[in-house]
Amino acid sequence: MAAQTHEAHRQTEHRIWDADAETLPRDGIEALQLERLRELVTRVARVPFYRDHFAHREIGPHSIRSLADVRRLPLTTKDDLRRQHPFGFLAVPRKALARIHGSSGTTGRPTFVAYTARDLETWSNLCARFLVAGGLRPEHTAQVAFGYGLFTGGFGLHYGIERVGAAIIPAAAGNTRRQIEIMRDLDPEVLICTPSYALTIADSARELGIDPRSLPIRFGHFGGEPWTEDMRREIEDQLDIAAFNNYGLSEVIGPGVSGECPERTGMHIQEDHFLVECLDPETLEPVPEGEPGELVISTLTREAMPLIRYRTRDIARLYREPCACGRRTARMSRVTGRTDDMLIIRGVNVFPSQIEEALLRVEGTTPHYLIEVSRPGTLDEVHVKVEIRPEIFSDRMDRMQALCERISREINTVAGIRAHVDLVEPRSIERFVGKAKRVLDRRNLGE
Amino acid sequence: MKLQQLSLFLENRPGRLGAPLEAIAKEGINILTLSLADTAQFGILRLIVREWDKAKQVLEDAGWVVNLTEVVAVDVLDRPGGLAEALAVLEGAGLNIEYMYAFSLRRGDKAILIFRFEDPDRAIAVLLEKGLHVVDGDELLSVVSC
Repeated sequence: MAAQTHEAHRQTEHRIWDADAETLPRDGIEALQLERLRELVTRVARVPFYRDHFAHREIGPHSIRSLADVRRLPLTTKDDLRRQHPFGFLAVPRKALARIHGSSGTTGRPTFVAYTARDLETWSNLCARFLVAGGLRPEHTAQVAFGYGLFTGGFGLHYGIERVGAAIIPAAAGNTRRQIEIMRDLDPEVLICTPSYALTIADSARELGIDPRSLPIRFGHFGGEPWTEDMRREIEDQLDIAAFNNYGLSEVIGPGVSGECPERTGMHIQEDHFLVECLDPETLEPVPEGEPGELVISTLTREAMPLIRYRTRDIARLYREPCACGRRTARMSRVTGRTDDMLIIRGVNVFPSQIEEALLRVEGTTPHYLIEVSRPGTLDEVHVKVEIRPEIFSDRMDRMQALCERISREINTVAGIRAHVDLVEPRSIERFVGKAKRVLDRRNLGE
Repeated sequence: MKLQQLSLFLENRPGRLGAPLEAIAKEGINILTLSLADTAQFGILRLIVREWDKAKQVLEDAGWVVNLTEVVAVDVLDRPGGLAEALAVLEGAGLNIEYMYAFSLRRGDKAILIFRFEDPDRAIAVLLEKGLHVVDGDELLSVVSC
């Protein structure tokens, strides 16, 4: 049934939001990228981080004679952004900002991402592109079940839908029963959320005695966390919808970096706004086309916080052959891994170092712990196992429970997630020679 | 007048309770009484044993985290209302009980209550003043052994 739904969806009239940009031939795309890359090099010279680097190596727009010359430019990492917290990477005066979003950081405070009015305009347009590619039309109603806040998902998609001219139900994340009531009352055709939340909605509907396939949703755009083809089949089957993938990260803009067309053979990268390289994370040399590598993104048109060669730490494959949909932009595969140890828990970015930092605040808990991530039903679950030690053990149950609650509260404060704290017997966590293995991810998120 | 109680941490899964009990049994250490407090995830086993220092060593050598706590034993008449009367005394004196457990002797007409107080010394003073019988370690051993 789901396959039929998708086929029916595919046969609806195929539209391209920004046909001029999205169907440029390869040489046109590359010429535009080269021109914009030169402009970017000029623009980022206002950022001390880049200015110093350029001055030292005599780099300027003249250094960029072909797209391959991007490799003469420095890489930018999350740590670089953090060191310049909060606004060291601004390339415009503070008064030119129109909005500020944030992403989680290992120190518990977010790294901020700033936008000018024109950046927001670009962003809405980029979201509109993938939304339309996946079937959104002005006559539709879309329910947005993403968090609205510092997280870029809610507002990014919201203004993209508005740009297309469709109606928005800004339901925001959580209160699943209410989401289902809203759906039944207002008949939205489109659902916007994380893929795991789509499955939670299906579960919750069944608990209410409602067949999830009877819900009005016909298709959905899902992102904000890694997922698999198996999960797509589950979502399509359980909700009887067509499910589309999209990709983005707050540091470069948020959702809208790439998204699927009805062919669903990879996500079309918005190459007129992003120059994406795929590098071997060890050697930092480009990998052969179609091989997995780390995506490195230069933001060709960002005004407020332009970044050069930002290391996303996301592993994916790039393809440049033409797509049957008519777009000529490069496509990327699903994200199949990370080159760092970042975990995405229910859409929240979490580093194991944040959990460690939380444990350090509770004396006696750090020497031996293990972070276990699983997805028992549709949602991610985190269990932090902490070995009991004499200094934290009490004969009083109330003290032991208070200890668990305190650890859990610290984790919530630092990492922004709810974790179950499991106290375990001494020596029950495996010992390692050298670097301890702190994370056991039981979710199967590979290809 | 105070007794030494051993507490140890156990995960709440099958077989976990047996292991420490076997370890001390193998050393010929007799358990006078025990109590177990548990959640779905873990438990705290509390033991009163004849040779607590030896038992503690045995358990620690086997890898358990063991904690030593002073508790107070009180004997009351093993009849309806015996416990309630003792509790009324404690309540009247404003003594806070962290937890308690009880056991009755095989012979005799007494039941023994084990109390964990925030302040055991003050609790003993109050109990004695109110005429309750606080059982010390030697006495406990002798009544249990008879």
